[in-house]
Amino acid sequence: MSENLQGIPEPMAKAIAFIWKEAELLDRKDYAAWQDLWIDDGFYVVPIDPETTDFAATLNYAYDNAHMRKIRIERLTSGYAMSAVDAATTVRTVSRFVPVHLSAELVEITSAQVLVGYKRQQHTLFVGNLTHRIRFTPQGPKLEQKVIRLVNSMDSLNALGFLL
Amino acid sequence: MNAPLRFHPRTPDSSYADLVQDAVVDPSLYTDPAIFEAEMDKIFYKTWVWVGHESEIRNPGDFKTAQIGRQPVIVVRDKGGKINVLENRCRHRGATVCEKHKGNATGFTCPYHSWSYGLDGKLRGLPYPEGYEDVVEKADLPLQSLRVGAYGGMIFASFKQDIEPLEDFLGHARHWIDLFMKQGAGFPIKVQGEHKFSFKGNWKIQLENTTDGYHFPVVHKTFLSSVDAETSEMLSFMTDDQSITRSLGNGHSVMIMVPEHVDLDVDDGSEQLQERFSHIIDELSKTMPPEQVRRIVRSLHGAGFNLNLFPNVAMSMSFFRVLHPVSVSETQIRHVALGMDGGPEIANRERLRIHEHFQGPFGFGSPDDAEAWERVQAGSNAGRNVPILVNRGLNREWVDDNGDKVSHSTDETGMREAYAQWKKMMEQ
Repeated sequence: MSENLQGIPEPMAKAIAFIWKEAELLDRKDYAAWQDLWIDDGFYVVPIDPETTDFAATLNYAYDNAHMRKIRIERLTSGYAMSAVDAATTVRTVSRFVPVHLSAELVEITSAQVLVGYKRQQHTLFVGNLTHRIRFTPQGPKLEQKVIRLVNSMDSLNALGFLL
Repeated sequence: MNAPLRFHPRTPDSSYADLVQDAVVDPSLYTDPAIFEAEMDKIFYKTWVWVGHESEIRNPGDFKTAQIGRQPVIVVRDKGGKINVLENRCRHRGATVCEKHKGNATGFTCPYHSWSYGLDGKLRGLPYPEGYEDVVEKADLPLQSLRVGAYGGMIFASFKQDIEPLEDFLGHARHWIDLFMKQGAGFPIKVQGEHKFSFKGNWKIQLENTTDGYHFPVVHKTFLSSVDAETSEMLSFMTDDQSITRSLGNGHSVMIMVPEHVDLDVDDGSEQLQERFSHIIDELSKTMPPEQVRRIVRSLHGAGFNLNLFPNVAMSMSFFRVLHPVSVSETQIRHVALGMDGGPEIANRERLRIHEHFQGPFGFGSPDDAEAWERVQAGSNAGRNVPILVNRGLNREWVDDNGDKVSHSTDETGMREAYAQWKKMMEQ
C-alpha cells in the first residue's frame, strides 16, 4: 500500500499518518506506546502565552522533557492520581494540516485539534492549534516537539487528567 | 470518653450565622444559592479583597483587570504612580471599558459611545456633548473608585469606603507576609505568570484546602512519588511536631509545612542544598559568593508555609493562590508564579519549572485537588442534616500568648478561623 495521499508530498503524508496514530494512542490512553513515539531530547509543550516561542523563559501549562514525560506518565498510570483514575473519556479530531517545513529528514506541520472530553454527564471542549515537529529516523518517525496552543489558554481551564 | 458530636441541622428559622456551629458546618454553605448571594454582599463587597501584586503594574499606565465577586474592576497605576482600583463599568450605559487581561494605556474608552476616562477614573470626554448641556456634569461621572490598600506589594481593594485600615485587617498576618517575601533572597518579588483553572464547587472548599495539611500525602501521593527524595522528605510534615497551624485573627491563618524555611534569613548551615539544584549552584557560583548562592537556592521552593488570607488569597509557599467565586457551585482559581525581580534568570526559570510541576490544570497536584473538591461539592448534596466536620485537632489546640490558636498543621484550626470570620461577617 502506498503511503502517498493524492497530491500530498510523501513526507507530509507520512507525518499525517503519524499524527493520526498519535491521536488514537492518546484517546486510548496508551501512554506507554505514546512515550515510544518520542526522541529523547524532544519537548511536549502546552504554552499559556499565545505568542511565545521561548517556552523555557515563560510559564507553561506543561513543558515536558523526557524526564517530565516519564514521570507524568507514571503519575497518570499509577492508579493513585484520582484525576487520572477518573479521567474524562476523550475523542479528538486532528485535521487542517499545513506544512511549515518538509524534507526527507524532518517535517514540521501545523494542524487543528478539536478534542471532546466526557466526564460526569458533561462534554468539555479542548480546542487548539498543534505544531508537530517529526524527525524521520532509522527507527521510523519520531516526535521532536509537539506544541499545543489552546484557543483559551489565557482563560480558565478545567483540570485535566489526560494528555492533549 | 469521646465528646458527642453536637450539630443542630438547619431549620426555616436558622440565620446564616447559625449554620456555622462549634467546629461543624452546615452543608448548605456549599450548595444554597441564597447563601452565595448573601456572601457576595456581606463578605466580598464588604471586606478587603486581593486584586494584584505591585509588580504586575510597575509603570504609569500599566493595568490589569480583576473581579471582586461578580464585579469587574481595573487595577491601574496612574501618571503620578498612585494605584487606583476602578469599577470596570461605563457611567453611561454600563458597558465594560476594558476587556484586556493586562496592558498599558493612557486611559479607558467605552466602545459603545466613546465616553473616555483617565487613569484616575475621571470622565475626560464624551462625543457630541450638546445633548448633555445642563443635563450632566462630567465631574459627577467618574469610573467609581474603590478603597485601595497595599502591604508588602500585595494590593487589596474594598467597595466599603469606610472599611478599617488594611494594616488592621491583616493584623498578625503582616508578620507572615514579611516572612513570605524573604524568598526573594534580597531581590523584590515579581509575578512570573499564572495558571487559571475552574472547578465545579463552592469557593469555601478551596479556602479550606490551603490550610488542609491532612490531605497532602493522600491526594498528592503521585506528586510526592514524582519528585526527588529530598523534596519529598522536605514535605513530610505529617508527624513533625514543629509543623503547626496558627489562627491569626480576622479569618487568616498560617500552616507551617517546612519549619526550617519559615524565616529564610535564618540558616544554621546544617541544611544540605538539594542535589536537584546542583546545575544552578554551579552556575551561580561563577559570579556570586557562596552565602548568596545558598540564600537563593534555599528559597527556590518558597517560604515554608501557607498563609491563608480571608477571603480570597493565599500566599502558598512559592506562589499566590487566588480564588474567585463564580456561582454557588463554581470557582475559578489562579496560581500566580513568583520570581526574583532582577534575580538570576537560571533560578527564576527553575521556579517556573517547579510551579509547572505541581500547579495548574495540567500540573501533578492541582488536578487531583480539583477532583477532590468536585467530589466534596457532589457529595455534600447528600445528607442535608449531616454536618461538614472541621473539628480535627480540637483535642490538642492551645492558645499562644498573643491570642493565636495553635495546633498541628494537619489540624483544622485554620478552617475554624476562616469560618469564625464568615460567621461574624454573615451575621452583620
